[in-house]
Amino acid sequence: MIRRRWTTAGLGIALVAVVGVAPLLPRWSLFVVTISLAKGLVALGLLLLMRTGLVSFGQGLYYAVGAYAAGVGAEALHLSDAVPMVILGALAAAAVALVLGLLLARYRAIFFAMLSLAFSMILYGVLVKTSAFGSTDGFNVAPKSILGFAAAGPAGRFGVYGVAALCAFGATLGIDRYLRSKLGRLAPAVRDNELRVEYMGASVRNVVHLHLVLAAALAGLGGALTALAVGHVDPEMAYWTTSGEFVFIAILSGTSSVAAPFVGALLLELLRSFAYEHAPNTWQLVMGVAMLGVILFLPEGLWSLFRRRVRSAT
Amino acid sequence: MSAILETTGLTKTFGAITAASDLHVRIEENTVVGLIGGNGAGKTTFINLVTGYLRPTAGTVRFEGRDITGLPPRRVTRLGICRSFQIPQVFDSLTTYENVLVGLGIVSMGRRAFAGSAPGGPAPEAAAEQVLTRFRLDAYRDELAGVLPEGLRKLLDIAMALAVKPRILLLDEPTSGVSADEKFGLMDLVLEVIREAGVTVLFVEHDMDIVRRYTQRILAFYEGRIIADGSPGAVLADAEVRRLVVGESEADVGGAPC
Repeated sequence: MIRRRWTTAGLGIALVAVVGVAPLLPRWSLFVVTISLAKGLVALGLLLLMRTGLVSFGQGLYYAVGAYAAGVGAEALHLSDAVPMVILGALAAAAVALVLGLLLARYRAIFFAMLSLAFSMILYGVLVKTSAFGSTDGFNVAPKSILGFAAAGPAGRFGVYGVAALCAFGATLGIDRYLRSKLGRLAPAVRDNELRVEYMGASVRNVVHLHLVLAAALAGLGGALTALAVGHVDPEMAYWTTSGEFVFIAILSGTSSVAAPFVGALLLELLRSFAYEHAPNTWQLVMGVAMLGVILFLPEGLWSLFRRRVRSAT
Repeated sequence: MSAILETTGLTKTFGAITAASDLHVRIEENTVVGLIGGNGAGKTTFINLVTGYLRPTAGTVRFEGRDITGLPPRRVTRLGICRSFQIPQVFDSLTTYENVLVGLGIVSMGRRAFAGSAPGGPAPEAAAEQVLTRFRLDAYRDELAGVLPEGLRKLLDIAMALAVKPRILLLDEPTSGVSADEKFGLMDLVLEVIREAGVTVLFVEHDMDIVRRYTQRILAFYEGRIIADGSPGAVLADAEVRRLVVGESEADVGGAPC
């Protein structure tokens, strides 16, 4: 109980800080932080899956579905406000996972990883060939308003940033609460021993399916926010390198804290920005060395640096 | 006394091998029954068939008069049949306390597994502490289950099976892997808890001293069949049992490292 209040307070302070510093940030970094929040949401979903013992190499699928749904929603459904667009993105991704989960929830380990990768590459293939969605070029996404306020110019950028910060706050708090609930506590139990979970009377497949849907909703949310921040969607969002980047963030962050994915995502974005600027031809090499360093020296992720206690009180 | 568990013509074949052959077993409520037999005699297969881990080739399983043949383990568990395992099945990366807590969480969720997920529901925390105290595991409350000694892992495995509040408990070799001087202590404790809870028990055991001391009835298995069924004295004195089961299993126990 005390810990729960502490988490709420900590996340609340983080939200105020993130929103409060926004006017002080240079324009480029406002964008970097917005994207980090969006990708952190996807990584938060991966954290939930990893705690359940699953690594998905296909979160790009839900990321792209969320982004495209937000864009198509704006066009076809005449949703001109950013908030319903973002909600639509999350719901569309969750709906896709609800269906794919019927198959995915049966698989584990490398089979689960490869199957999720395969689904994302199928979507990539479809998007590239769909001229209605602009094929490889994608299409532009621009909300007319954010919660009723006009979304043009710098105010719009702050607006998207604020929506992203609120989404990250709400999702992190929600996942934290969930992981402490009776059902959420089953995540490590399923990872450790599925047989025992079944012999205690719970359905492992239902737990896995639910976590797939939750992770997809978070990825869809992240995708829709990215679409709004970038103002554009394209099939690369479903490509396997995008999915790989989310796994990179999740490993960089570690699974011990629900706040870690956002820190990890921000560090990755900053690292990439600097690597791109200072080593434009070999920036992938820099990223690879960084990943190697994390795996060798911080196998439990960056968060293990901050952690005082060995075990979190789940 | 009424039958809590009844199997009729229960048969399981794996290709050419018959692991269970036409088993007719009737278990009365509140009895402690021992299952004996050499390796491959069909004792664990019998447990796996009753709990739904294996689907029988033929025959039926009835629990409290209800046909449960072919139901998956979690449905069978929810009806009131639980089991422990020869190799303890616990959550290795969780503490002893968390293991019990997860188990009690599942039980208290009931059938509404998803509706009951809202935080703030009835808390199983206090109940988990009670279970640990009852099984004298409270000193190991915050140890990871993965690093506990085998005897304690066995005890935790049984504690979790009992946390489900079953009507019938199946124990698969509760004392295997437990040191000789801890065996009787473990069984005394487990059976004491079981008696309080009013649970019917079936347990597979190789140690004839344990079987003789704790059971009211013995079923002797050989090659998928039951070759003797009766009071411990009668079954253990049976010539066929002595030749086919006891001799072999006593050699087993003697040869096993402690």
